[in-house]
Amino acid sequence: MTDARALYHATIVEHDRHPHHEGPLPAATHAATADNPLCGDVVTLRFVLADGVIADAAFEGRGCALSRAAASMLATRAIGATPEQLRELAATFDRFLHADVPAEDLGELAVFEGVRAFKSRRACACLPFTAALAALDQ
Amino acid sequence: MSVSDLAARRRDFPALATRVHGKRLAYLDSAATALRPQPVIDAIVRAAQLGAPSRSVHALAEQATSVIEDARSDVAAFLGGRADEVIFTSGTTGSLNLVAQAWGRAHLAAGDAVIVSELEHHSNLMPWQMICGERGAELRIAPVDDAGRIQLDRVSFERAKLVAVAHVSNVTGTVAPIAELAQRAHAVGALLVVDGAQAVAHLPIDVAALGCDFYAFSAHKLYGPTGTGVLWGRASVLATMPPWQTGGGMIRTVEATRSTFRGAPARFEAGTPNVIGIAGLAAALAYVRAIGDVRADEARAHAALVAAVRAAGGRILGEPELAVVAFELPRIHAHDVATLADAEGVALRSGHHCAAPLHARFGVTASSRVSVGCYTDADDVAQFAAALAKLREVFP
Repeated sequence: MTDARALYHATIVEHDRHPHHEGPLPAATHAATADNPLCGDVVTLRFVLADGVIADAAFEGRGCALSRAAASMLATRAIGATPEQLRELAATFDRFLHADVPAEDLGELAVFEGVRAFKSRRACACLPFTAALAALDQ
Repeated sequence: MSVSDLAARRRDFPALATRVHGKRLAYLDSAATALRPQPVIDAIVRAAQLGAPSRSVHALAEQATSVIEDARSDVAAFLGGRADEVIFTSGTTGSLNLVAQAWGRAHLAAGDAVIVSELEHHSNLMPWQMICGERGAELRIAPVDDAGRIQLDRVSFERAKLVAVAHVSNVTGTVAPIAELAQRAHAVGALLVVDGAQAVAHLPIDVAALGCDFYAFSAHKLYGPTGTGVLWGRASVLATMPPWQTGGGMIRTVEATRSTFRGAPARFEAGTPNVIGIAGLAAALAYVRAIGDVRADEARAHAALVAAVRAAGGRILGEPELAVVAFELPRIHAHDVATLADAEGVALRSGHHCAAPLHARFGVTASSRVSVGCYTDADDVAQFAAALAKLREVFP
């Protein structure tokens, strides 16, 4: 039995209601947008890359609680990380959502564990990471 | 219709006994696909044991051919048309693409105009975008007002060759003024195509009274199987249309470098017919005939759904007259609504419902939608209302 209230962990709802690093980032050096044509959700991730480190990050867009919370946590984790570390985080998060593997060093992102049971909603949590990877590849 | 009739109908639909996440199923997504009653399921299983229709002459093939030709007469009776005006397709989408391609290639030229409304399902928009682009014709959009009613006075019918509208909107649940549209279209020599996907399960249909030239619908919105639909076309109009798709069953003569074709409806039914789907459609038509007029029950359920959405503080898109209620809840995304409702056993739809331009017109990217069928009862509505209350607990 799946419980949608396990999916909507209080931390996810909190990030949806009060997201971190939401808004424009005029100094951005890297940016990309990802969308889900099935639901119309769209998210843009922007980074300021300086001396091989992500000095600042922000997201903008519209979407469900899962995509907004994932974007908020992603932006928070990105600041101070290297692009390589963020790519590793994205790969770990993707593995975590799609297989029964431990959260490793996902930190707050581990609250997305409930998404595993909702196959059609995994794409929501992954959307900001898709945008982030595309931004870093620029 | 009494409560006992409704209870009896519910027993006809085995899917209603499904437990969802351990909960009773409240199926409020009939506008996407209606559930199927046992007689339809039985007819599908029986037809699966038949041979190739309209080809071979042995017994199993003859039976299959009879299934199709009897179904054609049933559809004609259901719509008020003639059997030779009934074309079997893969669904409303297939029907509308057929008109756009077969009629459009023969009749649309640069300078002509096609009119659709702002509330159309993508299936009644993109076929016209495509053929208008190919033929250099203009595609005009008739706007809708806040209620979801098409504003006929805000679109020019000048140079129009065809008008295509939904009989009932799959988002606003509003009923288009088809007879008036037919008059306006015919006054300038244009044809009227009606997308009846959301209407056939909820309104009596009479193509003669409506005055339209084409009427399209899908079996799966009418308690039948997916992959099966109908295009009714006025015989005099069908006679002016070349084939769209070519293949078996629609030819008169085939030589190595040229072919000639049969008349309607065979001309538009290339390939081995979908006997399983058509048998299911015929059984669905028999079922709706047998249960009779369910409009009072559906109207009661629909009004209760509207009230439940309002009580939860939802904003309804348009002023729905029947069948569907699309809404957004303040600060809760439609997909979160759908997932949390599912956890409570409530099946509803979220997204743009294949009507992105209409959502843009209402200033939203996605909405949630509940819809009624002949089996929707007060318990379904109560379960939906309780799910909306739970949503507020998760998203205070």
